[in-house]
Amino acid sequence: MFYMKISIYQYLWEQSIIRLHGRYHEMAPNVVPMDYTKDPDVKLPMQLIINMPELKENPFKERIVESFSEDGEGSLSFNDFVDMFSVLSEMAPRELKAIYAFKIYDFNTDNFICKADLEKTLNKLTREELTAEEITLVCEKVIEEADMDGDGKLGFADFENMISKAPDFLSLVILWEDEEMSENH
Amino acid sequence: MSQPPSITLHVPEGSESDGQEPSPDNERALHTSFHQLILEQSSLIEAGLELELQERSRESPARLATPDACAMAWSEPGQGEEHPSYSSASLQILASMPSRTIGRNLGAIISQYCNRTARLRRRSSRPPLQQLCRAARPSLRQYDLETDPTRATLEEKRRLLVKELLSLSPSQCSHMLLTMPLSLAEKRILRRQLSGQRGPLRQHTHHWAPFSPCGWPKVCIVLPWHYALKQIGGRFGSSVLSYFLFLKTLLMLNFFSFFILLAFVVVLQAVYPPASVSPQPFTGLELLTGAGYFTHSLLYYGYYSNATLNDPCTSSPPGSVCPLAAPTLPYNLPLAYLFSVGVSFLVTCILLVYSVSRSFRESVGSSTGDLAIKVFCTWDFKVIQRRSVKLQCENICTQLKVQELGSAEHPRPQPCMIALSIAPLGPAAVQRDKTLLQTQSGSGSSATALLQELLVEQRSRSRSQSRCQCLGHCVVMLLAWVLALGLVSGCVLAVHYFSGHMHMVQQEQQAQDSGRWQQEAILLVVPFVVSLLNALMPHLFNLLALWEKHDSPGTQVFVAIIRNLILKMVVLILLCYQWLTRSVICSTEKCWETCVGQDLYRFMVMDFIFTLMDTLFGELIWRLILEKRLKTKQRPEFDIARNVLELIYGQTLTWLGIVFAPLLPAVQMLKLLLLFYIKKTSLMRNCQSPSKPWQASRMSTVFITLLCFPSFLGAAAFLSYTIWSVQPSENCGPFRGLETIYKSGKSWVLVLEKSNPNITWFAWVYQHLLENTCLLFFVSVALIAVIYFNIQVVRGRQRVICLLQEQIANVRQEGHGTPGAGPAEATETKYLSNENRLQELGLFSLEERQLTGDLIVSKEVSEDGLGSAPRCPAKGQEATGRN
Repeated sequence: MFYMKISIYQYLWEQSIIRLHGRYHEMAPNVVPMDYTKDPDVKLPMQLIINMPELKENPFKERIVESFSEDGEGSLSFNDFVDMFSVLSEMAPRELKAIYAFKIYDFNTDNFICKADLEKTLNKLTREELTAEEITLVCEKVIEEADMDGDGKLGFADFENMISKAPDFLSLVILWEDEEMSENH
Repeated sequence: MSQPPSITLHVPEGSESDGQEPSPDNERALHTSFHQLILEQSSLIEAGLELELQERSRESPARLATPDACAMAWSEPGQGEEHPSYSSASLQILASMPSRTIGRNLGAIISQYCNRTARLRRRSSRPPLQQLCRAARPSLRQYDLETDPTRATLEEKRRLLVKELLSLSPSQCSHMLLTMPLSLAEKRILRRQLSGQRGPLRQHTHHWAPFSPCGWPKVCIVLPWHYALKQIGGRFGSSVLSYFLFLKTLLMLNFFSFFILLAFVVVLQAVYPPASVSPQPFTGLELLTGAGYFTHSLLYYGYYSNATLNDPCTSSPPGSVCPLAAPTLPYNLPLAYLFSVGVSFLVTCILLVYSVSRSFRESVGSSTGDLAIKVFCTWDFKVIQRRSVKLQCENICTQLKVQELGSAEHPRPQPCMIALSIAPLGPAAVQRDKTLLQTQSGSGSSATALLQELLVEQRSRSRSQSRCQCLGHCVVMLLAWVLALGLVSGCVLAVHYFSGHMHMVQQEQQAQDSGRWQQEAILLVVPFVVSLLNALMPHLFNLLALWEKHDSPGTQVFVAIIRNLILKMVVLILLCYQWLTRSVICSTEKCWETCVGQDLYRFMVMDFIFTLMDTLFGELIWRLILEKRLKTKQRPEFDIARNVLELIYGQTLTWLGIVFAPLLPAVQMLKLLLLFYIKKTSLMRNCQSPSKPWQASRMSTVFITLLCFPSFLGAAAFLSYTIWSVQPSENCGPFRGLETIYKSGKSWVLVLEKSNPNITWFAWVYQHLLENTCLLFFVSVALIAVIYFNIQVVRGRQRVICLLQEQIANVRQEGHGTPGAGPAEATETKYLSNENRLQELGLFSLEERQLTGDLIVSKEVSEDGLGSAPRCPAKGQEATGRN
C-alpha cells in the first residue's frame, strides 16, 4: 500500500519502488527499517549512496545525490532516493530531466551555471586532462554560444534552450533501468 | 471538468486592468497598450523590485538582464498581445511567451506551476477567443506571487496551487503533480490537501494510466529485447546501441511484409495445396542450398498455383467445362500474390519514409557541433562500467580539444543580414532600429561548423603552406579511389565469369548425372565466393584508408562506407542482371523464378554464415590472441559501420527475393533474431566500445537513408521491372501462361468489367487514370512542388531564427552599453520609481528586458517549428508575423 502511494507520484512501477526499498535497506540494514508504513525519518549519508554500482563510476555522483537531497547536504531520505531514480528513469519527461540536469551542473547552487561551475563540469567530464587554458577557452566559448540573455552565465532558460537542440539528451540522462522488471515483460 | 475561467479573475489586481485593455486591432495599438500595462504595473510592485534590485546591483549590473522571477513578471504582459485574429495555436504560444524560471526555491516552483495549471485549465476549457483575450493575462497575479514574499507565504502559495489543481480534471491534476519538480514529501502534502478538499483521489488514478508506469506493461510486452538493449546501452553507450536498434527496425519491417504475405498468400495456398510433385527426400543440405526438398514447397514461387482457390472447377482438368457456378467470393491467387507483394512493399516504403523523416528530425539539431551541447549533453549517464566511463571521458576530451582548436582558428561567420524590419516589435524596437544598423555582434553561436569539417579545415589550412604536400595528398587520394574502383570492377568481372563457369560445370554435372550431393554443393560455390569477397574487400579498403591517411575519423568512416556500398551494390546489380536475363540460371524447362528464389536463399544463408565466421574470428579469436599472446588489455573494437552495411546487404537480398520466395522475410527474420543474440553475446564477451567519436543520431540517419535509397529503391526498381516486362515461366507459378506478371491485374480488371457492369467505372478509372502517364506526371510534379514548398518553409524559418538571434544579440549589447552602476549608487536610487531607477543604473529599460525575453522565446518557438516542421505551421507563422 505504501509503495502504491509513492508510485502515484513517480515514473516508476510499484514493484520497482519495492526493489528500490530493498536496495535502500541493503545499504544500511540496521538503520533502515523494512517496514515503512509509518514513514520513519531516516536519512542515509552521501558516502553510502554514491557507492551504488549505478553511481560509483559517474563523475557527477556527488552532484546527483546533492541535487536530490532535501537538505542539500547530500543525505537522502527514502523519498529523495525514490525521487532520484524516478527522474533519472527512462519514463520521466524531458522537462523534468532538464531541471535536474541543470541542478546537477550547477555546482554552487546559485541557480546559474557560471564559469566556475563550467570549469568543474569540464574537469569532471575530461578527468582533468585539459589544460587550464583550454578549459578557460572552452568555458568562454560555451558561455558565448549558449548565453542568450548576455549575463555571462547560463540561466535555466539558456540551458533548456540549448538542450532542445540536443536530440540525444533524453536518452542519455537515464541512470537506471529496473532490470528484473524489464526482463519480465 | 471545464470550469468557467472565473477563477483567473478573482485576483485582487485582475479587475483593474480588465477594462483598460482596448483589445486593439493593429500591432501598434497593441504595443501602446502593452506599454501602458507596464507603467501601470510598475506602480504596484515597487516593493518587490526594490528588494530584488538591492541584492542584484550588489553583484553585477548585467545580472539585471536575466529573465528571472522579476524579469519574467515584466515580460509577462506579452500575453496581453493576444489578438482575436490569431489562431488558437498562436494564442497558446503567446500564453507561454514569458521566459520560464525554475529551480529558484520551493515557493517559486509552486507558484510557477500554479500559473501553468491555470494555463492548462484555460486551454482545456477552450473559452471563445474574445474571452481568452482577457482571461489570459495572469501577469499581475503572477508577479504578485513570485516577488512579494510578505504576502504570499509558502503556505498561501500552496493553497493557491491546490485551488488551481482542483479545477483541473483528476487525470490532468495527477499528471501535473507528476511532472512537478518537487520532492516527494512536498507532493504528498499537496495531494493530502487536494484530497482533503475533493475527497480521495485514489479512484481516479487509473485515468492517467498512459502517463504513469502502471500503463506501461502492455507497451513493454510489445517492445522486444527491452532489457537486452538497455544492457548494451549501459555497457557500450549509444553508438553501439544504434546498431542493435537498426537491427530491430529491420526486424519490424520484415515482420510486416511477412505477416501480409503469410495471411493472404501462404496460408491460403497451404490450405488448398496444388497437385504436388513427389517430394525429394530431406537430406539436410537443403538448409544451406534451399534446393531439393524445398524446391516444391511454399518457400518458392513455383509452388503457387494460378487457380482461383475456392473454385470447384480447378480440380477438374483444364479442358473440361465446369458445371458449377463460380463461388460467391472467388479467391484469385495470382491477384492475391501480386497485391500482397505490392502492399507489403508499400507498407515497407511508408515505414521507411517515416523512420527516415523522424530520424532526420531528431538529428537536425545535433548536426551543428555546438560546444555547449558537447559539454552538457554528451555524458551518457547509463554507462556504469569503469572502462567505458574512462573511454567516454577520453572521447569527450578529444572532441573538445578538436572543437575548441577549430573554433579558435575558425573565423566568425558573417552575420546573416542586418535586421531592418523589426518595427512591429514595439516602440522600444523602433528606437533600436538605428542602432541595429550600426552595431553587429558576432553570432558565434549560430554557426559552429561540424567537428570533422573544422578539423579538415584546420589541417588543410596548415597544409596549404606546402603546395607539394597538398598535391601529393590529392594524388594519393585519387590513386586510392582508382584502386578501390578498380578492385570493385575486378570483383564484379570475376563474379561474372566465375558464375558463368560454374553454370557450365553444373550443366555438365547434370548431364553426367552425378550424385545429388555434388550437384547441390556446386550451387553453393558462387554465393560462397560473393560472400567471401564481401567479407574480405572491406579489409582491403581499410588498408587503402591507412595508406590514404584521412584527416578526420569522420571522413574515414564515410569513405569506407561508400566504398563498401559501391562494391555490394555493383555485385548485386550484376546478379540481378544475370537472373533476369536467365543467362546463368537453371535450365529452361525448370521454373526460373524458383531458381532465382533459391539463389537468393543461398546468398542469404552464406551471408549469415560469413557473419558468424566474422564474429568468431574477428572478435572471439582476435580477442583471445590479444589477451593470451600480446598480453594487452585491449579488445577488438566493434565496427559499427561494417556491421550495419552487412545488415543492409542482407535486407536488400530479402527485398529482391520477395516475389520469388514469399517466405524469404521469414528466413530473414530468423536470421536477424539469431544475429541479435549472437552479436550481443560476442559483444559482451569480446569487444570494447569504439574509440572513435561517433554521433549516434547522425549516423543512424545516414544508415536509414542508405537503407531507403540504394537498397529499398533498387529492390523496388528490380521488382517493378520484373513485374512489368519480364515474362514469367510457362509452366509454373501463379502467373504461368501470361506475357508479364502485370497482365494478370489487367486481365482481372477486364473480367471484372464483364462480369459486373455496375463497376465499369472501376475499369474506366484503371484504364484512364492509372495507365495514363499524364496523370503520373502531374502527380509527381505536385509531389515535387510540395517538397519544394516545404524546403522553402524551412529555409524561411532558418532566416527568421537568424534574425531573431541577431536581435537578441543587439538588445543585449544595448544592455551592456553603460555598465557603470555600482553598489553605492544602488542605495541612492532606492527611492526613485522603478523606471527611473533602471535608467539611473544605466540598465535595460523595462521594455527592453521584456523584449529580450520575448525574442528569446520567439526564437525558441521558431526553432521548435523548424524541428517539427510539418506539425505546426502556426508557430512559424507566428514568429514571422512578429517580425
